[in-house]
Parts: sequence; structure tokens; C-alpha cells
Amino acid sequence: MKLPGKMMRFDLHLIASWIEPGARVLDLGCGEGSLLEYLIQHKKVVGSGIEQNESRVAKCIEKGLSVLQGDINVEIEDYPDDSFDYVILSQTLQQVYAPDELIRAMLRIGNKGIVSFPNFSHWRVRLQLLTSGYAPVTRQLPYQWYDTPNIRVITLKDFRKFAREVGYRILKEVAIDAQSTKRAGNIVRAMPDLRANYGIFLITDHC
Amino acid sequence: MSEYTQKDSQGHSVGIVEKKLHTSAEPPGELELECGRRLGPITLAYETYGTLNAEKNNAVLILHALSGDAHVAGFHSAEDEKPGWWDSMVGPEKGIDTNKYFVVCSNIIGSCMGSTGPCAINPKTVMPYGLEFPVVTIGDMVRAQKTLIDALGIKRLLAVVGGSVGGMQVLEWCVRYPDMVAAAIPLATTTRHSALAIAFNEVARQAIMADPHWNNGNYYFGDRPKTGLAVARMIGHVTYLSDESMRLKFGRRLQDKSDFSFSFDPEFQVESYLRHQGKRFVERFDANAFLYITKAADYFDLAKQYGGGSMVEAFSKMDARFLIVSFTSDWLYPTYQSREMVKAIKKTGGDVSFCEIEAEWGHDAFLIPNPRLSGIIGGFLYRVFNETAR
Repeated sequence: MKLPGKMMRFDLHLIASWIEPGARVLDLGCGEGSLLEYLIQHKKVVGSGIEQNESRVAKCIEKGLSVLQGDINVEIEDYPDDSFDYVILSQTLQQVYAPDELIRAMLRIGNKGIVSFPNFSHWRVRLQLLTSGYAPVTRQLPYQWYDTPNIRVITLKDFRKFAREVGYRILKEVAIDAQSTKRAGNIVRAMPDLRANYGIFLITDHC
Repeated sequence: MSEYTQKDSQGHSVGIVEKKLHTSAEPPGELELECGRRLGPITLAYETYGTLNAEKNNAVLILHALSGDAHVAGFHSAEDEKPGWWDSMVGPEKGIDTNKYFVVCSNIIGSCMGSTGPCAINPKTVMPYGLEFPVVTIGDMVRAQKTLIDALGIKRLLAVVGGSVGGMQVLEWCVRYPDMVAAAIPLATTTRHSALAIAFNEVARQAIMADPHWNNGNYYFGDRPKTGLAVARMIGHVTYLSDESMRLKFGRRLQDKSDFSFSFDPEFQVESYLRHQGKRFVERFDANAFLYITKAADYFDLAKQYGGGSMVEAFSKMDARFLIVSFTSDWLYPTYQSREMVKAIKKTGGDVSFCEIEAEWGHDAFLIPNPRLSGIIGGFLYRVFNETAR
């Protein structure tokens, strides 16, 4: 197994930093498994993943990861309650048809959930809409309205409101300014709602 | 399963290998079969490749499909034209790497490939068993294989691997001997035959039994039911392919003809291909063995036997890490049947990896050289060896 640590995305490093050694982790939409691989090597977690794309699943299994091919919304239903310490949904929430149901399922099978998504209230997004009148197209959300897989428009404030209304507790939250494929990035402390292009939340349904 | 002779895409050959025999269940210690009858002595043909390490924790048991044999890789002699049936997967630096693992491939009881089956000599009558041979189950096959693994001094198998009926044996191994199986790779298989699968098997069996030479299974001293067995094979072969693979391979092309001859000679390429497959099969396989093994496969029902009808209950008795693989065009054991296993394992809290490989070759896809399949099997074995052996 190759050491992926140096190549891993900034947001994934942050997620990894929240997870304690030896935890049981499920990564929903795990891609080619770079986060899982990192967590297993550096945090000795018991990790598994779900991924829809066949070739990505094959890459994961080739690397020695426990990953199964399927739709996260369907596959998540089979796990017994509290099977995991952490269930991760990284940069996928905006593509989910029923986010409330998925998050509920995450917190049923997991003690804590980690959710990250592109922040739609970034000042560039706001400015584009305001000045051009067209649906915003950014680095983080690079699609046209008609071909985007991102069917949900979420802001950091939206997510906080959602958590409050549904009764989930936000244990940690971090707003970042990073490019989706790059390792480099910054944590945004001042005016995150305007300046962060991603948000990462650690949530639980325990009081 | 069909025969494929494509050259392997990676690694090299295990070289010259030898078929060995293991005998157990000598009277009066015969094996009590699920049908209630006793069978013994039992001979199993097997082959081994690579070296068993000092800790004896690198053994991989491969189990073959309906018409396979113990000869999984390499050649029996320098003159051999064809390597073993899974030479693309088993060998140095291949998916199942014989530099790392000690590979055992075992034949099954009921077969005609060197093990005790209907064409073997019944020691009581000194005649071939024929239909005197008891109806055996997948469970009986696995219990006989266990005596082989015991005799080889292996306490725990690193992995048990098999496709199709071989995959049923994998599942049976996991549920019957959970302490002996660290990991399992059931490929293109099912926990029970669908009505469709039983139907094809029954038509194939009827083709054999309708052949007058079959003679109630008593044909070993006269003409064999060649026509019946060939037709059975042709039926089976269709179920191993797919609409897509047949369209690509044959379409409606004619064999050595430009137009119809308005007769019943083979004209379409698919007809002559199937006839050829049937003819070749008859040369190497026994009609009674075909009846027995298809029956064993039809009887196999994991949930019924081990879970009181519950798949989750059956899988909860297992303790293996799983890699389950299905193929998109397999209509004999379609992907939904593999997904049922995945679902059950998840519900038991077990460790399961699953991949549905895009392949046009139907059920037989697991036999065809495929870098993706080799890659995931290699990666999975590497992981379980690291997790369990060290």
C-alpha cells in the first residue's frame, strides 16, 4: 500500500483529525478510498466504504480496503444500529435526493456523523447571481443548471438551521477555503458564511 | 462452466503440476451423507501449487464449478496444449499469487474427474456405481474436502475461493467450518438456485435420461449416452453466455455458407459452436456425474439449511471476511442474488466487499482473463493475509 498522506485533500485531512485511533468508520461515497486508506494507516481505524462506481470500487478493493458497490441511500439501511463510531458523508450531501433521511440513517448506524458540502453562500456565488442573473458556476460547483449532479443548494447557515430544527447537535464545525482536488487550503475563521467554500460538520443525535 | 484457452495476461505459469489423490472414509468409518446413506472409501483428486509456509497460514483453497476439475493451473506434461481451467488467475504474480500462497484445488465427490463418483468402482460390487451412487449434496462434498485439508495439516484456510457451484462450496465451507475459513471469495454464485436455474438443469438432465444409451445410468460397458450429454451441455452452455456475448460472438452469421441450405444441418455459427462444445464435453465428462452434480446444486439452499429460512441467520454462523463478485451479464446467477448475500452479511455486522464487474460474457465471465477481477482478488487476499496471519 502506498502512503497517501501527502496527497490527500485538505478537507479530508481535517476530517481525519477529528477521528480517534481505533474507531469504526464508514465512508459513504468513498471514491478511490484515499480517506479510508489514510485513516487505516494513521489512525488504525476499522474502516469500510460504499461507492457506486465500479472502477472506483475495484481500485479500493485492490488497495486492500473493505468497500462495497452500491447506492449509499439503499446500502445504509442494512447496517444494525450503532455499527460505527463515525459515518462520513464527504462532499456528497448536495447530490442526495433525501438528505434528511440519509442523515437520520447515518446517525442511526453511527454514533457520530461527519458531513461536508460546498457552501452556496460564498460571496462569489452571491455576487454572480446578483450581477449576472445566471445560476452560479464556480470551481466548487462547476456545472450548468441542466447537467449538475448537485441537486441541493446548501449554505453553512442552512445546515446549522437544519440541525437545530431536527434536533441534531453540532459537536464541531469548520469552514474552509480550499480547492476540491488540492492539498492546500485554509481554515476560515472570519465571516465563514461569506468566505468559506466548504463546510465540515461533526454531528450527533445524542443529547 | 466453459473452457477457455486464452493466454494469460499477466504473470507466468506454475509450470508442470501433478494430480494427487486423497482417500478417506475407509470402512467402517464411511461418511454419513445428508441423504442418510454411507459412502466410503472416498477418493478426492486434488492439486497443490506454491509452498505452505511454516505457520501454515497462507493456504488458499480453490473450488471448481460444475464440470471443472482439480487442475486449476499449469500443465500436466510438457506436451499439454491447454493449461488448467483458471490459469489466468493462479500462478506466480497472478491474482492468486503462488509465490505468496499455498494453493489447493480440490475436486468433488460425485465428479468423474478422479474422485469417487458414479463412474468410480463400487468396492462392494467391483462394478461402476452408476445410479447405486448415493445422491450427494454440496455439504457432503465439503465434508469430504475437509478431510483433505486436515490431512494437509492446515488448521485454518486463509481463503476459500470459487465461482458458480464452486461458490456454493465456498459458502458451505464458511458456514460448516467457520473457524477454518479466514476469508471467502464467492464469485458469480448464489445461495440457492432460482426456478430458472433448476429448470435449465432439469431440461439438461432430461436430455441425458431420454437418451436410450443412458439405460438407467448403467452404460459403462456399452455405448454411452453421448447425444443426451451433448444436448445437456449445449443447454448449459447457453445459460453460461449472455444475449450480448452471443450477439457479439455469433450474431446471425452462417458457418461456411453464404445462404440457407433449407435443411437441418448446422448452419448458423451459434449452432455449430454449440454442437462442437457438446461433442468436446462428451469426450471428457460422464453423464451420470452431470446428473449428480446438477442435483446437488439444485438442492443447495443456505438459508433453509442453516438459517431456518433466514439468510441473516445463516450468515451469522460464519466468521469470514467476504469478497463477493457478480457480473453484469450473468443471467444464471444475476447480481441481485449476490446482493442478497451482501445485505445479510451487513446485517450480521460482518466484513464484506462487493463488486459487480461490467462484463458481457455472462455467467462464464469469472473464468475469462480479467485484470479487474485479478486485481481485486489479489488486493483482498493481501489484506486478509496482513490482517489475519501476522
